[in-house]
Amino acid sequence: MKSLNLKAGLVSLLIFLAFLGIWYTATLPSPGTPVASTAGLSAEQIEYQKMMGKDPGSTKTTGFPTLGQMGAAIWKQVSNPLYDNGPNDKGILIQLGHSLARVGLGFLLACAVAVPLGFVIGMSPLLRRAFDPFIQVLKPISPLAWMPLALYTIKDSSISGIFVIFICSVWPMLINTAFGVSAVKREWLNVASTLEVSPLRKAFLVILPAAAPTIFTGMRISMGIAWLVIVAAEMLVGGTGIGYFVWNEWNNLSLTNVIFAILVIGIVGMLLDLSFAQLQKMVTYVE
Amino acid sequence: MSNRFDAYDADRPLMLRCACGQDHAPGEHDAAAASAQELSHSFMEASLVKALFPVDSVRRSFLRAVGANTARAAIASVFPMGALQAMAQDRGPLEKKDLKIGFIAITCASPLIMADPLGFYKKEGLHVQLNKTAGWALIRDKMINKEHDASHFLSPMPLAMTMGLGSNQVNMNVASIQNTNGQAITLHVKHKNNRDPKNWKGFKFAIPFEYSMHNFLLRYYLAENGLNPDTDVQLRVVPPPEMVANLRAGNIDGFLGPDPFNQRAVYDEVGFIHILSKDIWDGHPCCAFGVSDEFIQKNPNTFAALYRAVLGASFMASQPKDRDLIAKVIAPTQYLNQPEAVLQQVLTGKFADGLGNIKNVPDRANFDPVPWQSMAVWMLTQMKRWGYVKGDVNYRQIAEKVFLLTEAKKQMSLAGFKPPEGAYKKFKVMGKEFDPAKPEDYVKSFAINKL
Repeated sequence: MKSLNLKAGLVSLLIFLAFLGIWYTATLPSPGTPVASTAGLSAEQIEYQKMMGKDPGSTKTTGFPTLGQMGAAIWKQVSNPLYDNGPNDKGILIQLGHSLARVGLGFLLACAVAVPLGFVIGMSPLLRRAFDPFIQVLKPISPLAWMPLALYTIKDSSISGIFVIFICSVWPMLINTAFGVSAVKREWLNVASTLEVSPLRKAFLVILPAAAPTIFTGMRISMGIAWLVIVAAEMLVGGTGIGYFVWNEWNNLSLTNVIFAILVIGIVGMLLDLSFAQLQKMVTYVE
Repeated sequence: MSNRFDAYDADRPLMLRCACGQDHAPGEHDAAAASAQELSHSFMEASLVKALFPVDSVRRSFLRAVGANTARAAIASVFPMGALQAMAQDRGPLEKKDLKIGFIAITCASPLIMADPLGFYKKEGLHVQLNKTAGWALIRDKMINKEHDASHFLSPMPLAMTMGLGSNQVNMNVASIQNTNGQAITLHVKHKNNRDPKNWKGFKFAIPFEYSMHNFLLRYYLAENGLNPDTDVQLRVVPPPEMVANLRAGNIDGFLGPDPFNQRAVYDEVGFIHILSKDIWDGHPCCAFGVSDEFIQKNPNTFAALYRAVLGASFMASQPKDRDLIAKVIAPTQYLNQPEAVLQQVLTGKFADGLGNIKNVPDRANFDPVPWQSMAVWMLTQMKRWGYVKGDVNYRQIAEKVFLLTEAKKQMSLAGFKPPEGAYKKFKVMGKEFDPAKPEDYVKSFAINKL
């Protein structure tokens, strides 16, 4: 087992190095382009070159970044993650904080609605059928489709962002909770009935522990979706957050910073997923 | 103290003489009055009502018929009473000191933006937070939602919003024009040798918003060259930064967009500047600085202070000598987030055109804040021409209601600038003179239209 892990790690490293290698060779300056030199150019041509950002000695940061530029950008952002230059220019950690707060709030709201509702739906076959068409219709709607409606009705962009996270992350939790609750083993419920346990006790002591792993699976999927949604929502609404950061750098056509942000989004998303996997493990038991 | 000049009292004659009965100016007793400010407000309102109803018996029967409140609302909807009152009392205490102003990161917003780092807002005692906003639709929504107190607008937007086109009906005002000229038609480098618009059938163009000068100017330019912008080409609404990316990808053939993105396309070697928008209409307005009716009414003094700050910045921007400094202060991430070299070329007018030439056009971008009402009428004629409004348009009424020219002039003279004469400046668009007195004839004079 250990040697397999080691081998897998090695292969991962190799894939990563190969990826960097491809990036490096793909962004090498092609041999055809002459190095900026002022020899043989008229004064006007030199000035034109300068206007095009090809001033000898200065580096023009457009187009796909080289590995060196990428590393420099990452270092620049990571070395000063908490600066605050007013409303439109904040460090990466502050932006992440805003995004995580929004995601957290929207996600908690979704939990507060989805878990109880899922419980009720799971316990009653009638309600399950009655709710099913609504869930099926609302589930596949993209966050970007909700956004204009939210902005128009809620009339507040930050609450709209939270609402969109809520509305997109509520469905997996609802469906999983309902499924988990309805799939509790009949024998256990029968035992509970035989012992004449009160309905509330039955819900908390029998059904909830039995359905917990499924509910947490739903939460894990929802968290993934919420993190997916926040970037799109913040790109649309602007203001603060990692999505706004991406949009702002896109405004500047700075691919380097966009790639950096993508990297950060990916890592944070992975950490969120891992933490939910851990929670899931804690409530799972072996029969 | 009872109101001496209650214009909405149906039972009393409206006397603009002093209430003491003597034939001297009504302001005489102001020092003794409990609230001089209130007094001057009601005097102004009374003068206005007097002007509307010169015969007093007509005023009184009108008020009896509709009631004082309805009359007040009806009159306020036509005249921005709050603004007038704000003008009357030069510098009163600020009602609101912390303001949020929305902007789109383009050079058109230069006066609004530079007023922050250069301290124009601070000088007026205002704490302004400039919010970079993701798109024009969001600018509209955030103004309707009152998240922003004032905003950078495309100048046709307040007209459209006031008429309820493309949004709920909300009364918006253009307090000043942010910039004139400053746009361009940029084409993909592959069209270097295809400069004649007559060959552009099937082209795909990007514009930033439907209710924009970009849309109207591009449509005008294409139509003058015999192309129907609705059927011969495709016009797509694309946010300015994505215009450059789409151009690079070959997804569009060109765009009429705001700077710095025209220059940015050149800088990134994906496009060239075909013509400057100045060559279509020299001195055309582009973006505007606007507020809602409600904001003016609630915060007349704040509005006046904000107005002075923006006008001051506009006048500074209108002088070529400071353009390098402006490029420097608006370039950082917090504002435009663009290379300074690009902004410098846009603002100084000495630029690379993408075809290997250096052009020198000092008024490529200019900043003349006067909200000429004739410009509003022109925009309305184009909305009518291209089917954005149907039926009869009361050009003058809408223009005068939305474009606060009187206030602009007043604030200019208060701030020590010389206000221009007249209200309906005439101008030429692609050589054809526009007579603001005959908008309907103008609309009908075009061979290509959607009437």
